[in-house]
Amino acid sequence: MEVVDIDARAAKLGINWSQVNFDSIQLPPGEDFGIESDDEAVYHDDQSEFDTGFGNIIVVDHLPVVPKEKFEKLEGVVKKIYNQLGVIKENGLWMPVDPDTKMTLGYCFIEFNTPQEAQNAKEKSHGYKLDKSHIFAVNMFDDFDRLMNVREEWEPPQARPYVPGENLQKWLTDDKARDQLVIRSGPDTEVYWNDARQKKPEPVHKRPYWTESYVQWSPLGTYLVTLHKQGAAVWGGADTFTRLMRYQHSMVKLVDFSPGEKYLVTYHSQEPSNPRDASKVEIKVFDVRTGRMMRDFKGSADEFSIGGPGGVAGASWPVFRWAGGKDDKYFAKLSKNTISVYETETFSLIDKKSMKVDNVVDICWSPTDSILSLFVPEQGGGNQPAKVALVQIPSKVELRQKNLFSVSDCKMYWQSSGEYLAVKVDRYTKTKKSTYSGFELFRIKERDIPIEVLELDNKNDKIIAFAWEPKGHRFAVIHGDQPRPDVSFYSMKTTQNTGRVSKLATLKAKQANALFWSPTGKYIILAGLKGFNGQLEFFNVDELETMATAEHFMATDIEWDPTGRYVATAVTSVHEMENGFTIWSFNGIVIYRILKDHFFQLAWRPRPPSFLTAEKEEEIAKNLKKYSKKYEAEDQDVSLLLSEQDREKRKALKDEWEKWVMQWKALHEEEKLARQNLRDGEVSDVEEDEYEAKEVEFEDLIDVTEEIVQESM
Amino acid sequence: MTMECVNPEGLRLDVRQIQNSSHQTLETRMTPILMKGHERPLTFLRYNRDGDLLFSCAKDHTPTLWLAHNGERLGTYRGHNGAVSCCDVSRDSSRLITGSADQTAKLWDVKSGKQLFTFNFGSSARSVDFSVGDHLAVITTDHFMGVSSAIHVKRIAEDPQDQVGDSVLVLQSPDGKKKINRAVWGPLNQTIVSGGEDTVIRIWDTETGKLLKQSDVEVGHKEAITSLCKAADDSHFLTGSHDKTAKACLWDMRSLTLIKSYTTVVPVNAVAMSPLLNHVVLGGGQDASAVTTTDHRAGKFEAKFYDTILEEEIGGVKGHFGPINALAFNPDGKSFSSGGEDGYVRLHHFDSNYFNIKI
Repeated sequence: MEVVDIDARAAKLGINWSQVNFDSIQLPPGEDFGIESDDEAVYHDDQSEFDTGFGNIIVVDHLPVVPKEKFEKLEGVVKKIYNQLGVIKENGLWMPVDPDTKMTLGYCFIEFNTPQEAQNAKEKSHGYKLDKSHIFAVNMFDDFDRLMNVREEWEPPQARPYVPGENLQKWLTDDKARDQLVIRSGPDTEVYWNDARQKKPEPVHKRPYWTESYVQWSPLGTYLVTLHKQGAAVWGGADTFTRLMRYQHSMVKLVDFSPGEKYLVTYHSQEPSNPRDASKVEIKVFDVRTGRMMRDFKGSADEFSIGGPGGVAGASWPVFRWAGGKDDKYFAKLSKNTISVYETETFSLIDKKSMKVDNVVDICWSPTDSILSLFVPEQGGGNQPAKVALVQIPSKVELRQKNLFSVSDCKMYWQSSGEYLAVKVDRYTKTKKSTYSGFELFRIKERDIPIEVLELDNKNDKIIAFAWEPKGHRFAVIHGDQPRPDVSFYSMKTTQNTGRVSKLATLKAKQANALFWSPTGKYIILAGLKGFNGQLEFFNVDELETMATAEHFMATDIEWDPTGRYVATAVTSVHEMENGFTIWSFNGIVIYRILKDHFFQLAWRPRPPSFLTAEKEEEIAKNLKKYSKKYEAEDQDVSLLLSEQDREKRKALKDEWEKWVMQWKALHEEEKLARQNLRDGEVSDVEEDEYEAKEVEFEDLIDVTEEIVQESM
Repeated sequence: MTMECVNPEGLRLDVRQIQNSSHQTLETRMTPILMKGHERPLTFLRYNRDGDLLFSCAKDHTPTLWLAHNGERLGTYRGHNGAVSCCDVSRDSSRLITGSADQTAKLWDVKSGKQLFTFNFGSSARSVDFSVGDHLAVITTDHFMGVSSAIHVKRIAEDPQDQVGDSVLVLQSPDGKKKINRAVWGPLNQTIVSGGEDTVIRIWDTETGKLLKQSDVEVGHKEAITSLCKAADDSHFLTGSHDKTAKACLWDMRSLTLIKSYTTVVPVNAVAMSPLLNHVVLGGGQDASAVTTTDHRAGKFEAKFYDTILEEEIGGVKGHFGPINALAFNPDGKSFSSGGEDGYVRLHHFDSNYFNIKI
């Protein structure tokens, strides 16, 4: 209705607007005379009222049933418990009472100030043990309708027909026994076969935007995990990569597998709004195959680190360290003065409590056994010595410990088959102005775990890198001063000396700052990364000889393939130029190079350990000739085929080019006259055809000799 | 006339010859002639048709003439008042045309070094090229203060007295804000081929001034085209670009068909084709402003040789301390020279091994 109409109508009815008091007019409730209010706030208010609901109320069940006299005491207990978890509203606790018996009914309602507090209280107190027979069952009030709708009668779940899954290990059955690798460059993530015979990678699967941060293989190579905003996903399968399972964890940052790839640990941390607060950390442990979350851990970053310098920014990854071996039984967490060891049957602490170790700063699992090594630095200004100890899990018995004096720092290195533990000890010199390094070597598998002390020939040498030979008895150390440190090799047992460590050799003045043993031992790459521009030396430790020296300029990463046949060196996008990777043979021959802009990551697909026994492997190694014949023949075939293909390709290219040249020549000839006119009649084309490359073959007869072959009678 | 010919002992360089199938590395050594005459980065190099003279342009204001066989400096052309970006010499080696940032292109008498004529523009002259018969010259100009980049065709008079500054034809680039880095004559002067910062190669009709063809964005360069060099018989040409793969492409000049492309890891500033063998040379290197101080190898200031047909790298010539800005082959194909951001021209005579490279 227009204002004009209203005025007309009013005049007709004889109403003088100026005399009407609008405020005095009362409409019947709910009546709007068909006129919708344009005041949006009215609707908005209704809406918000509706929203408040009972989201901030929880229901606590399984409380003790008490008579009237004890009502107040129980109320006090409940209040005390829940006041720790949130602010209970005034009169927010209501415990109903049976009107006849005056006994409580065994449950109560608690109203918090905010739904968040209620949610938190529910999570924290669900399962709380008041005493043996009273374990709290806590639910949100809003969930009640849903819970009441659960049918009384249990229906057996429908058995779904068994669908055989894909063979997740199929890549191991490749008839050319090749290995796979994954690379990330630009938006693309690609999986390739490393086809060294064809001198190129063969694509398996490529997908742009496959992951939102990085990818990682599971330790046995079965799965490839990708990270997304919503959580993590694992991929695998027989022929291509299909998604096998998803794990919901929003804004997941890091992931880690247990060594037997039964469990996946995901990590998310949120930066605090106040920089002085610790960041919030959420960690979830999933069962890889079922996708079920087994346990989650929430807290501030302080609870997941030991604090101190470097610990402020967040927890150091992996927060949970898995015990060695394939059964994935234990995992441990280090926090201030405590080591918490969990077992995976119940996902709770062993013996329900953590181990208290004052001031512990580092823990390390044996790669094969459930033995934990830990390091406690000096305390009380040197009154209490530093300590390295080995603890058996789950018994928590200390197997061996060693006190160390005037120590500044320790680093622990386990040998891959758990036979030895090397502890690099940095000690202060007498003046306390500088430090020098030595090693404590533990022989785990021998009786009483003997410890041996090893010092370098020159005690003052700085130790730049240390590495055990995988599955072997040797280790390599880079020591001395940059830019040309020495590299030494030691063995824990030699034929002459089984019980003592002895030095094998020292290589003087090498441009190296990192060590990369072949996964099968025997060969090692002495690499000079970063400051050394990617110097590589391929070294045979059995023969103590250099097989090759090479350079992958600016190389940032080196990774051996799981079989120790090939090595990948890569320049990742930390450098602007020459991103890409090179594949080398174990003895330092370039197989192929691939250049990729914005190259982020390269990872070989791991292989599960071999099922062959050590004896069988030895036997194969002994009779290698017998086996290798077949492969050598194959190699020959491939290389013949390759050169044949290559020749054909070249010929095709040459022919194509010839065609162009012929065409150009013809056109040039055609236009000869026109050109001559343009040049005022100068005949000039002759010179341009003067030079022509011709291939000439010639033979030189160098020498002729005659030999008389005597025919034997 | 000063003579300056530096041939320092000990400065040797290697042409790697990778024998492809067998991974054998052959090394040949050749000592370059280091020609020190410019005070600023080189921009362009040009041999005359006989191959006995080499003209060099640099960001200092004086184009220089050298003897092509021993690097002896014959003289300089004084008169420009800004960086000289390009030059061309007439077929009979009598006239030189130069384009400069002083907003002029100048005609010179090669022998006497006298200025014959000055073409004035409203902005820097970027590239110059004489037509077949030397009666026409194509000159490209940059955009400047609202003047958009353009291609000008000038008539070159037989007698410098008759020379006029009027343009016969002016071609406007579709995107006037982007530099046209190079424009050259097509076969029989019927077309002009241009390439520049807008990554597109265009072929223009010189009669009508119409755009005849332009390169497909998909197959062509992805970043600024820095250099363009045509074959002696005008049948095909090679372009170099800054695209991230640092490509050089070989095109048919009439149909603008992409025939070959050569990929390297650094931006390409200069390209050249051997008139004798099926070799192309790419020069470039990290952008001068991005050169790190860590290692001179990081910049890759190498002139790289590729097999024209197989598109495979066959070797490289190191030596410059900065990006290579200019490359030119002697018309006899037996020597080539490179000019760098470092202000040097390096003149290389190939040794016998070069001619026996086999892939």
